[in-house]
Amino acid sequence: MNLNWMAWTQPTAIFFIVIACLLLIFTVLALKFPETPRRGILTIETTRGDRLFITLLGSAFINAGWLALSGLPQWWALGICALYAAAVFRWV
Amino acid sequence: MDKVQNNKAWFLVLPVLVLVAFSAVIPLMTVVNYSVQDTFGNNVFFWEGLGWFQEVLTSERVHAALGRQLAFSGIILAIQIPLGIAIAICMPKRGFWASVCLVLMALPLLIPWNVVGTIWQILGRTDIGLVGYALDKVGISWNYARNPVHAWVTVVIMDVWHWTSLVALLAYAGLQSIPQAYYQAAKIDQASRWKVFRYIELPKMQGVLLIAILLRFMDSFMIYTEPFVVTGGGPGSATSFLSIDLVKMALGQFDLGPAAAFSIMYFLVILLVSWVFYTVMTNLDKAEGR
Repeated sequence: MNLNWMAWTQPTAIFFIVIACLLLIFTVLALKFPETPRRGILTIETTRGDRLFITLLGSAFINAGWLALSGLPQWWALGICALYAAAVFRWV
Repeated sequence: MDKVQNNKAWFLVLPVLVLVAFSAVIPLMTVVNYSVQDTFGNNVFFWEGLGWFQEVLTSERVHAALGRQLAFSGIILAIQIPLGIAIAICMPKRGFWASVCLVLMALPLLIPWNVVGTIWQILGRTDIGLVGYALDKVGISWNYARNPVHAWVTVVIMDVWHWTSLVALLAYAGLQSIPQAYYQAAKIDQASRWKVFRYIELPKMQGVLLIAILLRFMDSFMIYTEPFVVTGGGPGSATSFLSIDLVKMALGQFDLGPAAAFSIMYFLVILLVSWVFYTVMTNLDKAEGR
């Protein structure tokens, strides 16, 4: 199968593989350890999958904001995203 | 009663997943790949990194298009939602005229976008269009091709004409589902018409109105064909909303890299708004179900 038209690059391939692995891990977790939704500081019911979605979407905006406003290396934004992810999984 | 959980039901969703993979996921992956590269055609790409994202995020042109887009969506929501509710309340509840109203209200929804654009493009012309000619006769020199205010008014009225029916029909469905007992109770309490609306009709319509707001917001946020047919994004870039600007960038200038970065930011905003609406709606359902 020729995938040249998709213009793949190594970084974007790694990016999608990481996302796919996250989805896979969370699917397996949901099957192995079913959970009841809980309410956190957002006062909405969330499951692990919801929290992953909130983390990924928020991380995209953190990265975009960092890129637009800071002018510092983009890796630092990844650090902030990790803190944000920990906060989401702990309190949301 | 607790619902029975059966994870095998997920296999029934598989065909949809395959379809979505081909129609959305694979194209989206390609857009992500484009957004970090530059191309001059012939399927030859050069690594660009996050440069296009930086350019798009700090571009005054994109900020202006986003501002126009938000203003447009805000204006049409502010008109269509109250107007749709008002029409729904005025519509007959049953009988022959209820059916006539429903059919009439559904008509604009059936007309394709480009036809709606053409209708209003002709209506607004001063030489052959009814609205443009009439305005010209009363002393207003109507010209949506040159005057930005005229262009905006034309595009907003066109959208209101096309889509208010949807809000009205949804609100009508919401109103029809309110049991008569509520109105009888209000009558016993001698509630005024306003109080019936404020404390019975509006809370009962909350769910459908949220759906109406979501649908209208998303649709107006992605609007392309109608303003493109009427004004082509002009005069200047006065009515260049996000999608019109995006197409200009991608196809007009063939700047595929910046256009891809622009699309991803556009997609993220839509994803965020959809998630907020979805969360509010599902939590509302749960609150009502308790």
